[in-house]
Order: sequence, then C-alpha cells, then structure tokens
Amino acid sequence: MPTRPAGTLYRGKLGMWSWVLHRITGVGIYFFLLVHIMDTALVRVSPEAYNSVMATYKTTIIGLAEIGLVGAILFHAFNGIRVTLIDFWSKGSKYQNQMFWVVLAIWVVLMAAWVPRQLMHTFGA
Amino acid sequence: MAVIIEQPNAPRSRKGAQWEKRAWIFMRVSGIILVGMIIGHLMVNLVLPERGVKSIDFAFVAGKWASPFWQVYDGILLWLALIHGTNGMRTLVNDYTEREWLRKALNVTLWVVAAALIVLGTLVITTFDPCIDPNVHEYLPELVCKG
Repeated sequence: MPTRPAGTLYRGKLGMWSWVLHRITGVGIYFFLLVHIMDTALVRVSPEAYNSVMATYKTTIIGLAEIGLVGAILFHAFNGIRVTLIDFWSKGSKYQNQMFWVVLAIWVVLMAAWVPRQLMHTFGA
Repeated sequence: MAVIIEQPNAPRSRKGAQWEKRAWIFMRVSGIILVGMIIGHLMVNLVLPERGVKSIDFAFVAGKWASPFWQVYDGILLWLALIHGTNGMRTLVNDYTEREWLRKALNVTLWVVAAALIVLGTLVITTFDPCIDPNVHEYLPELVCKG
C-alpha cells in the first residue's frame, strides 16, 4: 500500500505553513512600511499635519490593529532567523521543525509581555 | 492558456546568477540586522514611552532627532527595511505572475516606489527643522532658532 509522503522542508506540514505565513506577514509589513514612511514624512510639513496623522494611530481600532502588526513583525523576524539557520547551519534543516516551535515560543512570550500593556494604553486614558 | 514551466536546471546568465545570489545574501544579512533594529525601534517608540503610541507627537520626534544617533539609526532602518521589503515583494511577483509584461511592470513599480520613498525619507531626516514649531522652546529650551 502506498504511503503518503511525509512532507519535505518546504512541502507539506510545518515547513510549508511557516513559509506561507512568512510571505503573508511580509506583505502586510511591507504595506505598513509604505504608510509609515509617508506619515512620518509629515514632520517635515508642520507640527499640526504630523500630530493629526498620529491622532489616527491613537484610536482604539488602530491600537488593536497594532497588535496584529507587532505580531506579524515578531513572527517574520524570528522565523527569518530560522530560515537563515536552515540555510547556513549544518544541522539547520534537520532541526527546522523544532526551530519552528522555538520561534512560536519566543513569539508567545514576547506577545504575552507586551499585549496587556498595549491594551491598557489603547483603552486607558 | 498554455503555461510554460521553466526548466529549473536551465543555466542562468552569469550576471543574472550573481545578482540573484547577492539579493539572497542581502535578505539574510539585512534580515538579521533588522531583527535587532526593529525590536529597538518598537521598544523606544511603542513599549517604553509612558503612554505607548499615545506619547508620540511632533515634540517626541523633535526630541529624538535632536540626537544624531537617532537620525542615523532611523536612516539605516529606512534603507534596510525598504530594500528588504521591496526585494521580498519582487520574489512574490516573480513567483505568482504569469504574464511577462505584468511581472516586469510590477517589479519596475516596486523599485520606483522604493526609490521615491528612500529619497523622501532620507530628505525628511536630514532636513528636519524643529523650529517650524513656534512652541519648540517648551520642550527643547536649549535650541537656537534663526530669525
């Protein structure tokens, strides 16, 4: 009886899904970066122009969206290190699965440390 | 529509291979630097200020860019992040577009946008003038404004 392929580094299972997530978070961060460069450019126009665009960042909805942004950045950052280790460390591809769980653990710890603070700022005075 | 699949083992031109290799190395080198610099950026602007993002206004930026350290830091971040992001988008465009003219048009657009924003951002950092705020001396009392 034929057995299903167990998946390879970039085909099937965690290796593939982390790759998909790396692409999706990368695109999201790219478009935020375009917006962020343009909003910061308003400091060159006038204090009023810059402060009014910053006021939108201080709204509840953007405060919550920021959690998604930081979550995407942290995943992309640590998974990027995982990808680099797969490429350059002799045992990288052997431990790519374990490294994914390490990435996830770091992500959970950092988000757990920051999200409550962000929620207090978002819903606080 | 017939889809032509490239031979994966077809040799690239030497020049093309060099460019792709350099882009591949750049993604890894800039990526590692960006991990550290962006975590620093988030700490200083989002996490450490007493009221988070609500602390950020013109005075906050003027205070930061009074120091050449943060001007250089933000300048390096601008260049590295935008080139890294643009090259990543180029990879996706190359993977997912089927029509050659569309692939070329999207890639040209990506690099034009990147060049424009790098020029804009670099000019903003290097020509920033806190004196455009009449109340600047409330938060930068030492600053000398001309005129």
